[in-house]
Order: sequence, then C-alpha cells, then structure tokens
Amino acid sequence: MSGISREDVAHLAKLARIEMNDAELDHLAKEMDVILGAVARVQEVAASDVPPTSHPIPVNNIVREDIVRPSLSPEEALSGAPAQSEGRFKVPQILGEE
Amino acid sequence: MALNYDQAVAKYEPTLGLEVHVELNTKSKMFCSCATEFGGAPNTQTCPVCLGMPGALPVVNGRAIESSILIGLALNCSVAPFSRFARKNYFYPDMPKNFQTSQYDEPICVNGYLDIEIETDEGLKAFRVEIERVHMEEDTGKSLHVGGATGRIHGADYSLLDYNRAGIPLVEIVTKIVGGTGKYAPQVARAYVTELRDILRSLGVSDVKMEQGSMRCDVNLSLAPMGSGALGTRSETKNVNSLRSVERAVIGEVIRQSNRLESGERIVQETRHFLEESGQTRPGRSKEQAEDYRYFPEPDLVPVVPDSAWIEELRSTLPEKPSTRRARLQADWSVPDKEMTSLVNAGLLDVVEETIALGAEPTRARSWWLGEVSRLANEREVDPTTLITSAQVAEVIALIESGDLTDKLARQVVEGVIAGEGNPSAVIAQRGLKVVSDDGALMTAIEAAIASQPETAERIRGGNIPAAGALIGAVMKATGGQADAAKVRELLLKHLGQ
Repeated sequence: MSGISREDVAHLAKLARIEMNDAELDHLAKEMDVILGAVARVQEVAASDVPPTSHPIPVNNIVREDIVRPSLSPEEALSGAPAQSEGRFKVPQILGEE
Repeated sequence: MALNYDQAVAKYEPTLGLEVHVELNTKSKMFCSCATEFGGAPNTQTCPVCLGMPGALPVVNGRAIESSILIGLALNCSVAPFSRFARKNYFYPDMPKNFQTSQYDEPICVNGYLDIEIETDEGLKAFRVEIERVHMEEDTGKSLHVGGATGRIHGADYSLLDYNRAGIPLVEIVTKIVGGTGKYAPQVARAYVTELRDILRSLGVSDVKMEQGSMRCDVNLSLAPMGSGALGTRSETKNVNSLRSVERAVIGEVIRQSNRLESGERIVQETRHFLEESGQTRPGRSKEQAEDYRYFPEPDLVPVVPDSAWIEELRSTLPEKPSTRRARLQADWSVPDKEMTSLVNAGLLDVVEETIALGAEPTRARSWWLGEVSRLANEREVDPTTLITSAQVAEVIALIESGDLTDKLARQVVEGVIAGEGNPSAVIAQRGLKVVSDDGALMTAIEAAIASQPETAERIRGGNIPAAGALIGAVMKATGGQADAAKVRELLLKHLGQ
C-alpha cells in the first residue's frame, strides 16, 4: 500500500479550495499517510466476503411521503450568510471555471 | 477550404452519447419537504437539508424513486436489486453542501433501449438507441452573475445564489455510445430526445418543458476517420434546450471538430456551451476528471432495494407507449404519414383525440387544429393548445355539422373565442353569426341578386345550371357570408324554374 504524497495533498487542497503552505502540506501528508496505513490494515483483514459498509445499520428503503412542509423564511435561510443581496446569498466572483 | 456538414460526414464517422436530465414533478424536493413549485421568490423554498446545514439529515422522496423506476421500465431497463446514493464532491456555490447527492456505480436502472424512427433517403428507418443507465440526483441552485460586461462568470464581480431549485429531484438518462448513424447523427439525436420526451410525458413524471429547463440535454460527440473503427476524443455540449437545438448542436460540433482535424489539430476533451443564435458552441470549463469528484457512498441515506412485487406493481401501471398510441390513432383516424408527423411535431395529438372523443368528425378535428387554430397560434407565437379548448373546437365543429355555421362563420367564431369573447355560443350570440336559412330573408337577397344580374338569371332559366354560382356568390356576399349556401341554391333554382 503506497502512501499519500505531498502532491496528492496539494491536489486535494486545491479541489477543496483550502489554501495550505508548504509546512502544512508536509505535515498533512505524513498524517494522512498514517491514516491510510491504518485503513489498509483493515482491508487486509476484510476478505471479499465482507461487503463495504456505507451505513452502520443494515436498513433499506427508508422513504418520505411526497408532502410539502413549510420551508424556512428567506430571512432565516439567509441569517448565517456572510453576505447577501436581493434575497440571495452573495458569493465572491468565481474564477477559472464556468 | 473549410468543410461543410456533408463533406465532414463523408470523411468522418460521428459517434454520439446523449445525457438527458429531467426534473421530476414531485410536490416536494428529493431529500427534504420543501416545495418544488417554479417561480417562487428567491430562497423561499429552502431548509436546513437543502441548504446543507451541519447536522441536517436527508430522507429520500418515495415518489421520486417510483418515478425513476417507471422511467427505467418504460426504457426497457433492468431495475437494480440494490441501489445506493453517492456524494459527488465539487466546490461550486450552486450546491451549498459542496457535493451533489447523486448515484455513481449503483444506479437505480441499467441496460435499456429506446427504438426510434428517422426519415432517411431510403424512407423511414428504425434505429435502436441503447440506454446505459437511469440514475437519481438533485438539481442545483440558480446563480446570477453580477457585474462585468457580459453577465457571464468571467469578469463578474460577484454571484447571487437562489437555492429554491437546489434539491429538486432530477433523473439523468444516459445512452450508451450511439454509433453507426453516419450522416443521420443529428436526426437520430433529435428523434431520441423527442421520443424520450413523449415517453416521460405519457408517464406523467415530469413537465418535460425544454424551454423552461425541466428537461435538458447534453450532447457528447466525437469523430473518427471514416472506416477506421476508432473512437475519437469527445466534446460535451451542455444545456441544449430545444429539440431543434439538439439537432443543430450535433451539426455544429461535426463541422467544428472535422475542421480542427482537417487542419491537423487535436480535439480537446472539454465541456462546451451551445449558442442558440449561431448554432455553434463555445468552450466552457475544462472537465474535471471523474476521480476528482471523489465519489463515495452517501452515509446519510440508506440503500434502495426494490423488491420484485413492487417493481411488477409499477410495471402494471405503465401507460400505452407513445409509439403504439401513435400507430393506433393513425389507423383509427386514417391519417397519412405526413399529416401524422405534423400533428405529433405540433404537439396536437392529445387535443385532437379529445376533440374527436367529444363527437367531432376526425378529419374536421385534425384540420381545425392543424389549420386555423395553428395559424392563429403562430401569429401570436404561442402554443395552439393554450388558445382554445378541445370542447370549444368540438362545439364549433358540431355547429358546422348541424348547418348552423358555415366554415367562414366558424372561423370568425374561433377568432372570437381566442379573443376572449367566451364560448362559441356566446361569440355567436354576441356577433350575430347564425347562418341565415330563413326563406323570407333569403328570397329578398335572391331577388335582389337576380335584379342586378338579369342576363345570368336568363341563362339559368335556359338550363345553364352552373351559371347559378355567380348569383349564389352575390347572395352570400349580400348576407355577409351568413347564408346557408345549399339553401340559397335550392331556393334560387326553384325560383328560376329549374
């Protein structure tokens, strides 16, 4: 099981739009490597007869009836927004993407 | 010399892939109980779940799952015995959660097909489009880019987000690679999307209004040198929002890609945007690699495991296939192919069927909808079905059949109904449009016509029956078209001893 490189961390940071300096990248690469190593050991134990778990309880088909319930008021919805305008969430310009 | 479309498809073989997104018409959102209604004031249909607040827990809408299974069954897919949601992670403000809840390697339905027909040089030809998958996801919020010159993202100072649409159930239908179309790729693409739209409409699971965005198509297209059997690099043209645009986007990309290849350039795998005015495409953002989305199973939602009893119950509710229905109606009404195509393309099948069910004679029902009503709708640039109801058209036709209206008067009645003057009976009363069949009133007009054209009258007395046309015409004119022409003829000939 190969570890996670500094470049991998830098790439993930870019995808998540988190700015990280060199020291942080080095530090996180080491930490994540340890985490991956631990997960790799679980994989050694879990043979192909053990299906991957995405939910801790073996339960299926929990659905909601298609009924409308009251939403938040726009004031409530926007109350935590760092910036707003015209009843909308205001976000900084989006660069390099369309 | 730049290649035109015909030259391009003589040298290169197009391969298509079509992804259609459909907003389901459920009352509430996919994972929360906010309303899905279109056109609400910004951010009035949001809650902690669709705003992605920490700790908020989604629960899937049961009706959305049923609709998705119905779509899969109608497209001849297998319903997966086990299906799961996944997080598609990306950083973009149109999803406040920073991921879209979608399906990845465990979609609800897989491996189907849709049979279509296209018009070729050799006549109608059947074509099978294979379906890769049908999966469930959620729509994104709406961004408004403010500042800059163009209203586009580039150069905008900031963006404003309305999350009313975020979380509305969306179903994505993805075809397998569609090859072997040759020069008919644009027609195949259009026919597929048209047929898909008709199926979704017949299922009643979506409004399927392309112009309003409740159905959107992404067109993947690549070219390979003719006969090479290779698969070229594809472009993905996003948000093609009408049937005609689907066809034009394919043509536009075939021309663009072929000319790049001709000049020795490479095709870049990228997302492009369709330009409605020119029929061309412009580059959009470079496609993130699939693994950059870091899909993983959604831990807050439980798997969907449809049992076969449920699937069979849903299957039993499937309506008649649109293609079967078209064939049945065409046979019932004995309509020629070309007229049937016009009715289908104009979206008039339902109203014509209703009008006939209300007692109208099929030929009349078709010709009123396709003729006068469509003409008035074109003038106003609206859908014919929004102008007048089937019941009103049926009433007008009944009055023609009973002899109470002539075609000419009926056109005035239809015009009055469309102008908002009420039902046909009200328009007739208001405008005084009854056919004049009262003998006394007609005889006065007939005598006046004879007096003004004595020579014609003489010829008729002498046995020249066809000459009566001129006098009947004069009577019709004098009565403003309201006279019963057959009656006029009968009275006139009798009066002149014929």
